[in-house]
Amino acid sequence: MIPSAFDYTRPTSVDEAIRALTDAGEDGKVIAGGQSLLPLMRLRLAAPAMLVDVGALGDLRGIRDEGDWLWIGALTTHDEVVHDPLIREHCGLLSQAAGTVADPAVRHRGTLGGSLAHADPAADLPAVAVALDATLLARGPGGERSIGAGEFFQDYLTTALGPGEILTGVRVPKLGEGWGYHYEKFHRTAQAWAIVGVAAVARRSNGQIGEARIGLANMGTVPVRASAAEAAAAGAAADRDALREAAQRADEGTSPPSDLHGAADYRRHLARVLTGRALAVASGV
Amino acid sequence: MTAETAAPAAEFGRSRLRKEDARLITGQTNWTDNITLPGLVHMAFVRSPFAHARITSVDVSAARAMPGVIAAFSGVDFPEQGSLPCAWPVTPDIVMPPHPPMATEEVRYVGEAVAVVVARDRYAAADAVEAVQVEYEPLPPVLDMRTALDESSPKVHPQGNKCFEWVFGNGDIDAAFRDAPVVLERNYRQQRLIPSAMEPRAVVAAWVADEVTLWSATQIPHVLRFALAAFFAIPEQNIRVIAPDVGGGFGSKLQVTAEEVLAVLVAKRVGRPVKWTESRSEGNLTVHHGRDQWQRIRVAADHDGRLRGLSVDLLANMGAYLMLVTPGVPLLGAFMFNSIYKMDAYSFRCTGIFTTEVPTDAYRGAGRPEATFGIERTMDELASELGMDPMELRRRNWIKHEEFPFTTIAGLTYDSGNYEAATARAVELFGYHDLRAEQERRRASGDPVQLGIGISTFTEMCGLAPSRVLGSLSYGAGGWESASVRMLPTGKVEVVTGSSAHGQGHETAWSQIVAEKLGVPFEDIRVLHGDTQVSPKGMDTYGSRSLTVGGVALNGACDKVIAKAKVIASGMLEAPPEEIEFAHGVFSARGGSGKTSTIQEIALATFAAHNLPDGVEPSLDSEATYDPDNFSFPHGTHLCATEVDTETGEVSIRSYVAVDDVGRAVNPLIVEGQVHGGLAQGIAQALFEEAVYDDDGNLLTTTLADYLIPSAADLPSYITDRTETPATTNPLGVKGVGEAGTIASTPAVVNAILDAVRHLGVRDIPMPCTPERVWRAVQAARESGGAR
Ligand SMILES: Cc1cc2nc3c(=O)[nH]c(=O)nc-3n(C[C@H](O)[C@H](O)[C@H](O)COP(=O)(O)OP(=O)(O)OC[C@H]3O[C@@H](n4cnc5c(N)ncnc54)[C@H](O)[C@@H]3O)c2cc1C
Repeated sequence: MIPSAFDYTRPTSVDEAIRALTDAGEDGKVIAGGQSLLPLMRLRLAAPAMLVDVGALGDLRGIRDEGDWLWIGALTTHDEVVHDPLIREHCGLLSQAAGTVADPAVRHRGTLGGSLAHADPAADLPAVAVALDATLLARGPGGERSIGAGEFFQDYLTTALGPGEILTGVRVPKLGEGWGYHYEKFHRTAQAWAIVGVAAVARRSNGQIGEARIGLANMGTVPVRASAAEAAAAGAAADRDALREAAQRADEGTSPPSDLHGAADYRRHLARVLTGRALAVASGV
Repeated sequence: MTAETAAPAAEFGRSRLRKEDARLITGQTNWTDNITLPGLVHMAFVRSPFAHARITSVDVSAARAMPGVIAAFSGVDFPEQGSLPCAWPVTPDIVMPPHPPMATEEVRYVGEAVAVVVARDRYAAADAVEAVQVEYEPLPPVLDMRTALDESSPKVHPQGNKCFEWVFGNGDIDAAFRDAPVVLERNYRQQRLIPSAMEPRAVVAAWVADEVTLWSATQIPHVLRFALAAFFAIPEQNIRVIAPDVGGGFGSKLQVTAEEVLAVLVAKRVGRPVKWTESRSEGNLTVHHGRDQWQRIRVAADHDGRLRGLSVDLLANMGAYLMLVTPGVPLLGAFMFNSIYKMDAYSFRCTGIFTTEVPTDAYRGAGRPEATFGIERTMDELASELGMDPMELRRRNWIKHEEFPFTTIAGLTYDSGNYEAATARAVELFGYHDLRAEQERRRASGDPVQLGIGISTFTEMCGLAPSRVLGSLSYGAGGWESASVRMLPTGKVEVVTGSSAHGQGHETAWSQIVAEKLGVPFEDIRVLHGDTQVSPKGMDTYGSRSLTVGGVALNGACDKVIAKAKVIASGMLEAPPEEIEFAHGVFSARGGSGKTSTIQEIALATFAAHNLPDGVEPSLDSEATYDPDNFSFPHGTHLCATEVDTETGEVSIRSYVAVDDVGRAVNPLIVEGQVHGGLAQGIAQALFEEAVYDDDGNLLTTTLADYLIPSAADLPSYITDRTETPATTNPLGVKGVGEAGTIASTPAVVNAILDAVRHLGVRDIPMPCTPERVWRAVQAARESGGAR
């Protein structure tokens, strides 16, 4: 498992990093924790000629309370996401899901920004990002911009980031009063990827579901929202049967893959069952 | 534990931590890949992307021209490469096709080596691999054993796809089935597995003049040296094979590999030492695989469950070529399908079949897990057919403890065992009856999560093996083991063993045996192994043989040292030898002078040699070789409770009880470790692991993301215990334990899964029982009307 030869630079400012990336053009790649990029390089499925290591960019680090949302730096590791008190308090779904990523070694190196920028539809955190309506913050040659999670993931391993653009952080809305959450990951071994993952948040009031948002992992080429199930859940009674009923629509509009770990029809079935379970936990029934 | 054994002495039976672990765990040791030599260069292989193809050309010139590249070769550059050996021609008319280490004309599995590049570093070597141009003319693959023998099937080798047919039986099988009140047939798939040793294979080869040293992450340095001499025309005295610390093997390193042979040839050709270490993906593609059988099992029984006859018909996938013991592996199961049960007749047939897949060979248990699965699954099916508790069915058929020694229908003589005791203990620890009650409740309430109980009352034959039996089975070598003991002048001890540890803890167990026998401190003993120059004789480590053969040889070597020391002591203590007693490291004259001498003092006296009795050579050392009279038959009762989520198909193991009887335990902690690891691998076959080829013969499970190996997080906390029925076939009373857990556990888990969903109408679920397969089986049963 030996990658092709590559150059490496570790800039100390975002501007410098953007320049290095722009100069490298097609052949350049950001590296953060390396937990997705390095395996691809070692299998020679990716062969970037220039790696721009963003690890020394202070602007990409930190977790801040900015009122209605948290700002979470792109370099925040999965392990930090699991343990950070602010994230646990306001965006518990993210902490819970990050705790299911791989194993401790990967969680100590892999970053939230890397996971989102890699845009693997089987990954856990992109599904959470769409369920939470997170906003992704990017800086590039054209300056700063913010991209809604729904628009960020464009295709398999493809995001809205343009040439020379770096993901700097994520704005995650705080879950308010009355909201609950749950991440239901279905996988064969503890370290394995999700066959299907369901990230659900739900607001309960007066014995009913006021609103629910559901993100699905590994049910298509991008993380998707289970909109039909969300609509069915809204206004439904907060009980198991009603939620299971609403969850029957969880796979609507999805196009799950068939692979070694599950055929498409099985994934559809799982999405329905798991959505029912995730909604039940999220709404405390 | 039964009370019939003597109280364990201080060292024998003591749960010591393993003395080798610090260096193994920290990696601060000489793993093969850690070895560097002056001028070392690196090999990398170009491997076939086709399952079956004719090689029309191999052009290595571009690779040779790349920076850092020293040389590049294809198969035709090595006319001397010969054929990799198969030591087990199981029938006189077996088809044994040539197996060149590097293909020259045809490739027969994805991953077969077609060229090798040699470069100054691994990076340059990996780049150069991409520059080798190979042209192929694809040929049709052969991937399904069940159709491989059809007239219309493409052929893997010109001789056809049938490798051998081996039949065996005892008793009147027709009579047993004729008029039998109950006859049941089941077909099981033993999926293909990839032995996944933690340390990948690695080789370093270096020539000095006409002597070659080969370091290899191998289980079998001695066999490898013999093979290099016998099959590759290197004078044996000029070959030194070193297995430094080796990080596991599970049978995958019980092999003479293409890479080892090519390392030796390439090193000679380039005049520099060479190294090769496989990556995990390269290993998955090329290391020999395990299992891979179709089993057709028919059983005939009386209404009360008494077994009349058992008939077994196997298709065994050899893969593309025969490797060291490929054809023999399924036959190691031939004597084990009858397991612990009495019956009137038994018949066995195995057809070995070539396919365009990686060759199969030994993998932890080798033949016995397949057999145990076949019979234990079938016993559960029969119990269900008879409406009988599956434990009761077993009890009615097993050999009673007072019947030992017992010669089975397969002709083996089990020396000892106590199935009643192990089962009673397991049932108690498991809470069998409470779980059955809970199972009833869940069935009654239609709980989406159903509970199942799986039983495996297993035995196995290990401690390979009496040489004469191996001879009668056409195996090409013996089954003895050698050991020597050297008392050093300062009273310390060097032990040399022909067993070749690769993670089992031999250094600790062997030290305990010597400490017990010679009465020297555990810490004063050094165990040497794995280097044919240090340990020139041996048959190495596999088949749970080390303790039962190598340990017994060591016991004999200790006896010889004691006997000689007695003669010397008799001189020193001025008493006739027959009056010298030896206990706890001290010689004393019976009833006499009260003078004593420690074994260390005798060692020093031997070194000085000033006052040795006449005719005594000045040394205190010995060598012993032991050839067992019989196999070793550990046994046990394993019970597994699974919860099956019928909505998702997810299986979780709620509890697992393993009560093993491995005779006397030298080090119970090591036994426990072997059981734990064995269970993990057996459970892995039941639930997780499978090597999958696509329709073109590409291996899909090349990484650990697709070939799923469970970790501690995926496995239950085992409840383990032992009963202790000493072996009567060796002086230590020991039995093998290396494979027991793997052999026992797979059917326990699958039986538990079936037990959870059988009432829904599910009759079988192929392994591994993935959530998807479990869910589909439940769906299919529901759609076809549910319970019978
Ligand atoms: C054994 C193993 C198991 C795993 N299991 C799971 C799992 O169960 N669930 C799961 O969700 N993930 C899993 N992962 C993936 C893991 O979560 C990765 O850490 C994550 O996907 C990538 O983060 P990283 O920081 O390591 O990114 P890198 O590997 O460094 O980069 C990944 C990609 O993102 C780009 N990138 C990274 N940072 C930025 C940035 N700031 N701006 C722009 N582009 C950027 C890189 O250019 C690259 O294309 C697993 C990984 C391994 C090795």
